[in-house]
Amino acid sequence: MKQNFQNAIIATVLSFVLLSLTIGGLIQVEGIETTVVARPWYVVIGCTIVFIIQLFRDQLVFVFKGFGNVLKTLVRAEQIAEHAIQLKGSDRFNPLFYLTVLICLSVYPFIVSDKLWIGMFIDIYIYILLALGLNIVVGYAGLLNLGYIAFYAVGAYTYGILNHFYDFSFWLALPLSGMTAALAGIILGFPVLRLRGDYLAIVTLGFGQVLVILLRNLGSITGGPDGIGSIDRPTMFGIEFSRRAKEGGVPFHEFFGLEYNSIIKDFFFYFLALALVIFTIYVISRLVKMPIGRSWEALREDETACKSLGINSTSVKLSAFAISSFFAGLAGCFFAAKQRHISPESFEFIESVIVLAIVVMGGMGSTIGIILAAIFVAVLKDYSQDLQEYRMLIFSLILIVMMIWRPRGLFPATRPFIKLQNRQKSQECGC
Amino acid sequence: MLELRNVNSGYGSIQALHDISFTINQGEIVTLIGANGAGKSTTLMTLCGDISIISGQIVFENEDISSLKPHEIMRKGIAISPEGRRVFPKLTVEENLMLGAYFTPEQEAAEMFEKVLELFPRLKERISQQGGTLSGGEQQMLAIGRALMAKPKLLLLDEPSLGLAPLIINLIFEVLADIRDQGTTVFLVEQNAHKALALADRGYVLENGRIVKEGRGKDLSSDPAVKEAYLGGH
Repeated sequence: MKQNFQNAIIATVLSFVLLSLTIGGLIQVEGIETTVVARPWYVVIGCTIVFIIQLFRDQLVFVFKGFGNVLKTLVRAEQIAEHAIQLKGSDRFNPLFYLTVLICLSVYPFIVSDKLWIGMFIDIYIYILLALGLNIVVGYAGLLNLGYIAFYAVGAYTYGILNHFYDFSFWLALPLSGMTAALAGIILGFPVLRLRGDYLAIVTLGFGQVLVILLRNLGSITGGPDGIGSIDRPTMFGIEFSRRAKEGGVPFHEFFGLEYNSIIKDFFFYFLALALVIFTIYVISRLVKMPIGRSWEALREDETACKSLGINSTSVKLSAFAISSFFAGLAGCFFAAKQRHISPESFEFIESVIVLAIVVMGGMGSTIGIILAAIFVAVLKDYSQDLQEYRMLIFSLILIVMMIWRPRGLFPATRPFIKLQNRQKSQECGC
Repeated sequence: MLELRNVNSGYGSIQALHDISFTINQGEIVTLIGANGAGKSTTLMTLCGDISIISGQIVFENEDISSLKPHEIMRKGIAISPEGRRVFPKLTVEENLMLGAYFTPEQEAAEMFEKVLELFPRLKERISQQGGTLSGGEQQMLAIGRALMAKPKLLLLDEPSLGLAPLIINLIFEVLADIRDQGTTVFLVEQNAHKALALADRGYVLENGRIVKEGRGKDLSSDPAVKEAYLGGH
């Protein structure tokens, strides 16, 4: 105790000096005059805190240890729960489960019937689309892509430009956006194929930056910083969702004899996004069971061994890049149709980071984990709007906690592995 | 079956192989022995197209494969169990094997699968275990098995005895003889000259990127110079 008291005195004197110089005075500039306002209370409070902490160090360590033990117990309980889930095995996510989820998601917009709440879910779906796409490159093929949002931008601008200049409809532009983004993926893929790991990450990062600068400065095509506005909304079999249809068409509410309500449009976007997500999940779940999916994983594990088996690593990498970009393109096209206005701001580097964070948090290669992480991140993003720059602080904190607590993600990927014995029946493997 | 004619190759401006010529005939086990840095691995990498050759010709079944890319060569009936085994650590034994059969028709792949498990009963016990959790010897068996899944006419092996216990080495070399007897030609690159020469029908000795001796396996192992250099004077 005496030792602690001595330490506390020394620490307090030191902090007094430091605090006086740092937070003790506030420099105020008024016109040309600069005055320093003394803030003694700040120093006093700071010194007191230091003194108390130093004096009761041992007790505090004890408290922290107790806190750590509580955390440990929680982790242990969680591990036991997980073990129980694993014991249950394959019926963890059976068709009934999927059906229930699907029904819940289908009735959700009608129950809440609120633009904001529906909008939030649409945002979540866009993030799910992006994260699932990025997961192909990062999770399966093991190629770190830090400029993924660029392909999202390519998709969005493809629809924006095609609609603005050539009057393309959403449904025609949707596959085109996907394909343009895939093409962009291949174009980027070619020069970077020989790179791995960090180097690949740097090049993709650069690509993302270059594309945003391009969008900003290519004024005549992309509208520069203002972007492209009044993009057409999608129609349902040619039926529009606006109050008045253009050129003699019949808007949705008149067609079905309903009162006009702008929320109908939100319902439509909700189900469109949901359909895109289901489509993506289906396609990806098929792809990873096909030989191409296994060659992605093999590539991630050992490129040399892949070559020794006659697998062309160039085309395998390109296919991963292209397919992953394709889904970003779809998401981008949908985003453009939903916002009706796109500008370079929406495609900043931070968006790439958020999508990557979703993939890492969800567990690389794990679809269900990524969906949960996307929900979590989108909600967090929504609710932390007021915190502004502190948002990133929270993000980093969560990522750090994740790395300690669940280094392999929320739901570590359970790989679908093939069994030769059932091959004749299931025909899941076309090798 | 395979013939190298005056092959020169190397890394950048450094030439590692000088005028390498050898032939491998159908149904043989041929071994290439040499000390560290003699050019054994370079020879294999050149053969597989991973290093492009400076001059010379590599002919496999009357076809010049000197300028083909690795993945093209690997689909021509040549398979390799690479140095350091390189099994896919996160994939199961079964998946590792099935990746070996990536370009094999489904029916044949199923037959080969049974055959490989027959050759290496140990793999059968470990069938749904991840590749990375196997012991060194089992990983080597897996690497050889994976190469066999492609139904190769010629099997290349890069130092299969590396880091393995003598008992396991014996076991693997016995299987290599079986593989030869079942009709696959084997080209064995080894540092363990004693074992390799005892197994091989013919052998070549590589020194500083040149082939300095060739002959029947038994003759080489009794050759005084080879004995001196590689067999530790046994």
